[in-house]
Amino acid sequence: MKIKRKDLLGIEELSKEEIETILETSGSLKEISERAIRKVPYLRGKTVVNLFFEPSTRTLASFSLAEKRLSADSFNLSSSSSSVLKGETLLDTARNLEAMRIDFVVVRHSLPGAPHFIADRLEASVINAGDGTHEHPTQALLDLLSLKEKFGTLEGKKVVIVGDIVNSRVARSNIWGLTKMGADVTVCGPPTLMPYGIEEMGVEVSFELRKAIEGRDVIYVLRIQKERQMGGMLPSIREYIELYGITPERLKDAKEDVIIMHPGPINRGIELDPRVADGKHSIILGQVTNGVAVRMAILYLLSGGQSGEVSEA
Amino acid sequence: MTIKEKGIVMDEIQVKRALVRIAHEILEKNKGAEKLVIIGIRSRGDFLARRIKEYIRRVESVDIPIGILDITLYRDDFTSIDYKPIVGKTEIPFDVKDKVVILIDDVLYTGRTVRAALDEIIDFGRPNEIQLAVLVDRGHRELPIRPDYIGKNVPTADNELVEVQIKEVDGVDRVVIREVEHEN
Repeated sequence: MKIKRKDLLGIEELSKEEIETILETSGSLKEISERAIRKVPYLRGKTVVNLFFEPSTRTLASFSLAEKRLSADSFNLSSSSSSVLKGETLLDTARNLEAMRIDFVVVRHSLPGAPHFIADRLEASVINAGDGTHEHPTQALLDLLSLKEKFGTLEGKKVVIVGDIVNSRVARSNIWGLTKMGADVTVCGPPTLMPYGIEEMGVEVSFELRKAIEGRDVIYVLRIQKERQMGGMLPSIREYIELYGITPERLKDAKEDVIIMHPGPINRGIELDPRVADGKHSIILGQVTNGVAVRMAILYLLSGGQSGEVSEA
Repeated sequence: MTIKEKGIVMDEIQVKRALVRIAHEILEKNKGAEKLVIIGIRSRGDFLARRIKEYIRRVESVDIPIGILDITLYRDDFTSIDYKPIVGKTEIPFDVKDKVVILIDDVLYTGRTVRAALDEIIDFGRPNEIQLAVLVDRGHRELPIRPDYIGKNVPTADNELVEVQIKEVDGVDRVVIREVEHEN
């Protein structure tokens, strides 16, 4: 399957075949991070800008490592240390960067659609590293890769996503990705954090954790996003822990070999008990390892792309 | 553009004889199999590598470590490739340091694939020596690269393609020459 896109903006527009190509490529590239010299020359001479208008540790580190392991030249710009503070618009920032000849823009922004907006106006490839509450496609892809490694196929696997669904771009991207790959998805959380009409995305809705985790192969725990709680959505954190926190006691209702995932950063003791986060069901650090491979695959698949033929060598 | 088959330059038995001979030459040149490792280049070279390993095992009763190389990320022409070939996994499950690496490919042409493979192997460590074995050498080198072991020399024209077919992938063992005709 060929990937003919300039940009990676979301999971929603990807076909199942495109997702499979990305996962297969990620699987091949994963080995590079295990070598003595963790670097291949593929993107030598290409330039990547990581344009982060929201804080990030994992995603920024992961993209940076993916870029370096493919030998791209990359640098980071964040809103706190750039002309954004002086009032420059997103488009002006992006156009100025392109005027300096760059090949990729990895963008994280608090506004849904911000990456799409600049992708339409730049020749450089744009990769969405999270846009508001809309999508976080590379997170969903690394999650799909982790599940594929675990199960071989996602067809018919039962996944429950627990927590703050309404504010979560990770949930949205994962719902699209998981359902496209044939998994059976339930979302579970307090009614105040459940978006109206989410059933239309092809998921079941549950407000009761005990029932929701029963018989599931995977519990995907979302972070309680304190920065997006515009007040009043949760009566108290203690009540949330009581009703939706994933603890060893809760897991007694789950399958014995259930898998626990979390996109990070974990609020230890809130959505996820430390004993579960570090326990035998958790594949959370494996997700992080896969993140680098998936981002390398995306850079590889979006790169180059001038017309020509494969030369016989 | 049409591609027509021009002829078969090696059949199943000739492919086998060539690979068996190469296996013996490798042992002869290196005085045994002690420090040898075999690395095949995807796709086809990896299967040829397995066969040479097997022929060596039959002669010397030793199991030589075998690895697979995918050189896609080391190519020098990726910006001119419109679609991205699927990258296969590189698997080198041993330390190449101080080893004699026998690098195996199906067809040697411009030498650019071998150049990429040499760079990739050296990223895994510093072997004592790298030797190159190919089933077909068709000439037209663009880089100073020469093979140590050759199955068959096949003089070709620029508008010809040499295709190695092997049972594991194509269902048959043979080497075919095709001619590319550009219509005016």
